[in-house]
Amino acid sequence: MMYTEKVMEHFQNPRNVGQIKDPDGMGKVGNPVCGDLMTFYIKVKEDRIADVKFQTFGCGAAIAVSSMVSEMAKGKTLSEAMKITNADVAEELGGLPKNKLHCSNLGADALHAAIEDYREKNRDLKLEAEKSEPQTHEEAVVDSCPYCDGPREGMEKFCKSCQLELTECPECRQAMEKDAEICPHCGATRVRT
Amino acid sequence: MKRIYLDHIAGTPLHPRAGAVMSSYLESGAANPQSLHADGQRARQIVDDARVKLAQLIHSRPEEIIFTSSGSEANNLALKGLALARHNGGDHIILSSIEHLSLIQAARSLEKTGFEATRVAVDSQGVVDPDDIERALTPRTSVVSVMLANSIVGTVEPIREIARICRSRGIRFHTDAVAAVGNIPVDVGALGVDSLSLAADQFYGPQGSAALFLRKGVKLVPLLDGGVQESGRRAGTENVPGIAGLGEAASVAMEDMEERGKRMRALRNRLIQELPQRLEHVVLTGHPESRLPHHASFCIRFVEGEGMLLHLDMQGIAVASGSACASKSLQASHVLLEMGIDHALAQGSLVFSMVDDITSGDIDYLLDVFPPIVEKLRKMSPLYFEYLENSR
Repeated sequence: MMYTEKVMEHFQNPRNVGQIKDPDGMGKVGNPVCGDLMTFYIKVKEDRIADVKFQTFGCGAAIAVSSMVSEMAKGKTLSEAMKITNADVAEELGGLPKNKLHCSNLGADALHAAIEDYREKNRDLKLEAEKSEPQTHEEAVVDSCPYCDGPREGMEKFCKSCQLELTECPECRQAMEKDAEICPHCGATRVRT
Repeated sequence: MKRIYLDHIAGTPLHPRAGAVMSSYLESGAANPQSLHADGQRARQIVDDARVKLAQLIHSRPEEIIFTSSGSEANNLALKGLALARHNGGDHIILSSIEHLSLIQAARSLEKTGFEATRVAVDSQGVVDPDDIERALTPRTSVVSVMLANSIVGTVEPIREIARICRSRGIRFHTDAVAAVGNIPVDVGALGVDSLSLAADQFYGPQGSAALFLRKGVKLVPLLDGGVQESGRRAGTENVPGIAGLGEAASVAMEDMEERGKRMRALRNRLIQELPQRLEHVVLTGHPESRLPHHASFCIRFVEGEGMLLHLDMQGIAVASGSACASKSLQASHVLLEMGIDHALAQGSLVFSMVDDITSGDIDYLLDVFPPIVEKLRKMSPLYFEYLENSR
């Protein structure tokens, strides 16, 4: 199996699936071109995530990531939750296949977007948070070809293992196939020139 | 748990008769068919016999068969080999936009070396219109390649008409028949093709064994230079056990294809009819009638293919998906997109392709376990909620 037991367990029994009516914050990320769409809903009480629910359209990894992020976020303060990174999520799940790491980016992004939405609605909180919280968003670093998992050194423009011509994704700066329409890491689409 | 294997397009199980001839050869001691001693000649006899059996299956002459390592190799050999032979001096090739990647990428490689390639679009059922091929022809066109049947959507293409157009203009015509040979009747003479690729693992033969039919008199530049194997068109010591297995699978296909096809077609039709009755928002992909007998393919709205595939796998059912998530490159099957299916719908792609041990009970089981899986995934799908809210 390509997924760890923990991923499969969350995929089969995802926690916190659903919607929250009148959520305090909502975050929507992804697009169906690369495959995954995630929506996170949060209820906030005394600066803590009192309840969290999600809806996900996507692969096994996307569902497991959403479930794991929701579990990790529940009960945390907003600034603690903002510090949950994709790497933390992937680690909690016992690892993800390299070409599925972008799912972990989406999960953390969707949660953060929900928190930011909440802060946007409560502007005074937002200003305060910006003072104390540096941006923590970071993309998972991949040092292999995203298509064949072959080893790569730096930003080689050519995969020695599968012979694909690679280029840098204009969004996340990671490797993608020269002619690909979708970045396998961040799911950014681009118009073919 | 009993496994139900519905991934014919990825490869069929080995028929016991094919397995038996392979083990018998391997156990009795391998030899090189090019050797002049008795051991070598025994191996040569096995290869020759297999060649005759395969020729019978596709109604060719034995000497028109070139054994290869895979359908991909056969397709590369045909497209590059025919293009590089430049029999009419042309440097323009045409292929359909839903060809297998071994042809799409071979065409890209040819473009890098100075050839021009035109990709002809298909309609929403994946059918290539012969008139579109005719319109794409130029005085410089030397090779046209259109598949006989598509493995992702099952559509069988009007090859005879396309071959006739090409032949009347003196243009070489190749068809990728990997998904078709051994499953539906294929007669290279009646089709009028110059070359045709096939693979043993699509009709109960072994993996790593395939072939290209090349009409007598048609010139082609080899991909592999070296010895005189396959009349100098494909160097390298023959894969004798693989070829023996392919030959035996061809014999089995001749005996079983008709009955097997009839039985599968009935079960396939049941699945196509009954699945939409049990489950809402199911779209059949490919042509409803002109399709492979063992093949049913759908896009299931509001859900993603890999998730369905994993759940079905846990219930003992093996299927394929053309969704972006199920692919390593995270791109939905080009076949679905070329047919005009949008990205979100293409994500719900599932391909059910049956092998010969399928029973009516298996289809019952599939129809029972599949709808709850989709319901479970739809319950967490934001696209499904959006749909419900908009239709309220």
